[in-house]
Amino acid sequence: MYSVILATASRYLLILLLMFSVFLLLRGHNEPGGGFTGGLVAAAAYALYFIANGIDAARTIVRFDPLRIMAAGLLIAIASTFPSLVAGNPFMTGVWINTGIPLIGKVGSPLLFDLGVYFLVLGIALTIIFSLAEEDRL
Amino acid sequence: MLILLVIGFLASAIAPLLYKRFRENFGWIAVVFPLFMFFGFLSKYPTIAAGEVLRESVPWVPSLGINFSFVLDGLSMTFALIITLIGAAVFLYAGAYMKAYVQTGRFYVYIGIFMTSMLGLVLSDNMLLMFVFWELTSISSFLLIGFTHHKEASRKSALQALLVTGGGGLALLVGIIMLYRVTGSFEISSFYDMNGVITAHSLYPAIVVLLLIGAFTKSAQFPFHFWLPNAMEAPTPVSAYLHSATMVKAGIYLIARMNHEIGGTPVWQDTVLIAGASTMLFTALLSFRQTDLKKLLAYSTLSVLGTLVMLLGIGSELAIKAFFIYIIAHSLYKGTLFLVAGTLDHATGTRDVTKLGGLRKLMPVTAFTAGLASFSMMGVIPLVGFIGKETVYKAILGLEYWGGFLIVAALFANAFVVMITLLVGFKPFWGAMLPTPKQPEEAPLKMLIGPALLAVLGLLFGLFPDFFIATMLEQSAQSILSEKLSLKISIWEGFNLVLLLSFVTLLLGGLVYLIRGRVADRMKHVSLPAVIKPSAWYDGAMAGLLSFATLQTRIVQNGYLRNYIIVILVTALSLASFAFYQAVEELIITPDFSITFYEGALAFIILVSTFLLITSRSRLKSIVALGALGFSIGIIFVIYGAPDLALTTFAIETLNVILFVLVLYRLPRFLKLSRSSNRVRDSLIATCVGVFMTLTVLFATSFELSSELKRYFAEASVPYGKGHNVVNVILVDFRAIDTLGEITVLAVAALGVFALLKLKPQGRE
Repeated sequence: MYSVILATASRYLLILLLMFSVFLLLRGHNEPGGGFTGGLVAAAAYALYFIANGIDAARTIVRFDPLRIMAAGLLIAIASTFPSLVAGNPFMTGVWINTGIPLIGKVGSPLLFDLGVYFLVLGIALTIIFSLAEEDRL
Repeated sequence: MLILLVIGFLASAIAPLLYKRFRENFGWIAVVFPLFMFFGFLSKYPTIAAGEVLRESVPWVPSLGINFSFVLDGLSMTFALIITLIGAAVFLYAGAYMKAYVQTGRFYVYIGIFMTSMLGLVLSDNMLLMFVFWELTSISSFLLIGFTHHKEASRKSALQALLVTGGGGLALLVGIIMLYRVTGSFEISSFYDMNGVITAHSLYPAIVVLLLIGAFTKSAQFPFHFWLPNAMEAPTPVSAYLHSATMVKAGIYLIARMNHEIGGTPVWQDTVLIAGASTMLFTALLSFRQTDLKKLLAYSTLSVLGTLVMLLGIGSELAIKAFFIYIIAHSLYKGTLFLVAGTLDHATGTRDVTKLGGLRKLMPVTAFTAGLASFSMMGVIPLVGFIGKETVYKAILGLEYWGGFLIVAALFANAFVVMITLLVGFKPFWGAMLPTPKQPEEAPLKMLIGPALLAVLGLLFGLFPDFFIATMLEQSAQSILSEKLSLKISIWEGFNLVLLLSFVTLLLGGLVYLIRGRVADRMKHVSLPAVIKPSAWYDGAMAGLLSFATLQTRIVQNGYLRNYIIVILVTALSLASFAFYQAVEELIITPDFSITFYEGALAFIILVSTFLLITSRSRLKSIVALGALGFSIGIIFVIYGAPDLALTTFAIETLNVILFVLVLYRLPRFLKLSRSSNRVRDSLIATCVGVFMTLTVLFATSFELSSELKRYFAEASVPYGKGHNVVNVILVDFRAIDTLGEITVLAVAALGVFALLKLKPQGRE
């Protein structure tokens, strides 16, 4: 079932939703949001695109294998624990750097961790959705 | 010492790279590493001989009392020298021997790890550190026994060795922890000034039993002896190194190390004595029908291990002296003979001793080496084995109660060891030439140097005992017994009872050797009843474990998803309702019936969608109802001020519906498949879960939360977490390690889903 309206709309909605998911990720530290929700929203964005345009188009636009996205997320999350070890603090103590740049402000290892969660959740959701979708074709 | 061990592990890691590069001559490169360590330890020899003890400690987890603390005294020095010296011989030998195997680079990794861990084990002054190395040796032994993993026998033996020694390791760990409860320390050196606190404690018998189980499994004492002969599946250099000269002595090392403060009581001494003596005798008798070179040697190793344990059980000055001389002598000659057996196997293609003979002309150097080592093993003057055996007899004769019985037992055991020696060390080289699968020829230089060197050392130690052993002995004995000893060793002490005993041993051994062929033939069809064989117990236990696992899997995880859910829910319910039952009086329900319009509307929507969900005959309708249910719950979160939760719920519900739609039209038409009784059961469980959840909520809200956590997190969020969203700060900072664990689980679950969907079993559509 192919709908021109949905297919066209999904292209713009994808960008909007992805921007929204990044927004959720970044503002999560002070307002509702965060890596988990952000990742889910991003996954929903791609899912919408897949429903409108089919699995092949969705795979092309995601570009990376969802399993790799998942693995990368886990790696980023684990990597975010290293700064605290290098600094000699207890495991996973937050390390913050004040960049002093307006709008960006402070950057710290918890943000990196949240980014890892974001990619991991995105990867997991896409892995499951894509696998199920391809199952249909067999 | 820590640096030395780190170098050891690193060197093991790069071994395959070097092996690829040098291949042909890798033996010569590999040998540098143990030799380097050997001379490193040797350079400390004068310091230790002068009575000093070298210590070193680097904190690891100081709050738990775990440190990288090492001690180099006489006892650990003796073991370290043996480990590195035999290691050098074996590394060089393996360079030629392992050529026929694939993945030889990997072999060097395992054996390098083993050598380093074994050194760590004897050098550790911290019980837990020692335990880590202890397990590392078990694991490297597992990998080495199973090195030829395409053979089922190898895999089985490897697993058996791992389970037996690993099981003992667990007992040891519990023993160590109990010891910690008594002493408040893991440092072995701190036990020295306890002055009997340990032996007087009520946990003492348990500690003794647990530590000894650990030691006996590792050192293959009766009734745990059966894994060692099976471990002969390993490549021969491994048998020579791990399963005769070093690893199997780890348990003995532990007993010796602990003897100082934990020993001295009847419980300890008698258990050790009896276990050792019975191992010594029984395993020697068991060797009678063996014809495989390596199995024969394995049984003689068992007998010697038993003797060593027995000597520790006797615990007199003389016994400790005998212990040290014997341990050195045994490592030298048994390492040699194993390597010789490997050479024979390599050259002729068989290890069956009845098929070998007359090889001395073709393999003169090997024959000479074997002869020298055999004389030492039989205890012929003037080799170090002779001094060893003499001292053992003397130690037994000095015993007050058991002496008479033990001397006969030792005599018999040694006679059988003599028989084994004649079979392994002489029979293949003398007599008539027998046809073998391969045309035999002398082994390459790399395979000759190591064993020959060890054999010659056995002779030198025997000729000049004062120079080689005496000083070391004094320091070593001091680590085992508290008082300083003055021990003199000499090779010739005139004609006396002990010399006579040595002579009788040889004679008796020769006799056993002569009648062996005929008796063994007649006994061919006699086999021991399984009931008295510990290996049969092991097999029985394994079979029982497997069938229990099958049974349990069939009940709990039978492949039907609905059953999994039932099992999980019922388990949770029964455990939780027990907790509720305990606290039932504290449950004060103060219902508050004032509801707002929104709440009422939401409750209505939830109820309606639930009703639709369970009564609908269309899957699509059910899914929509489920979605409505989820979103309504999300709105409740919004009303009660949990925007994070609400956001997540909305996202999850959206994805849920998508997922359901994806699988929906793959399902068969909606049918009522389950029986009514099942439906009644399911609805009963569902109702119980619902009631349980309601109760939980009521219970949770009926308490005034006195927890400090809420306040703490709210206050600490900005200064420590640099964020205003407390929930998120908890997730990614305060409790980040929980989150890390959860996302790892998520990733694993996704992999599982992926595998289920993508990987179809072969041969099926």
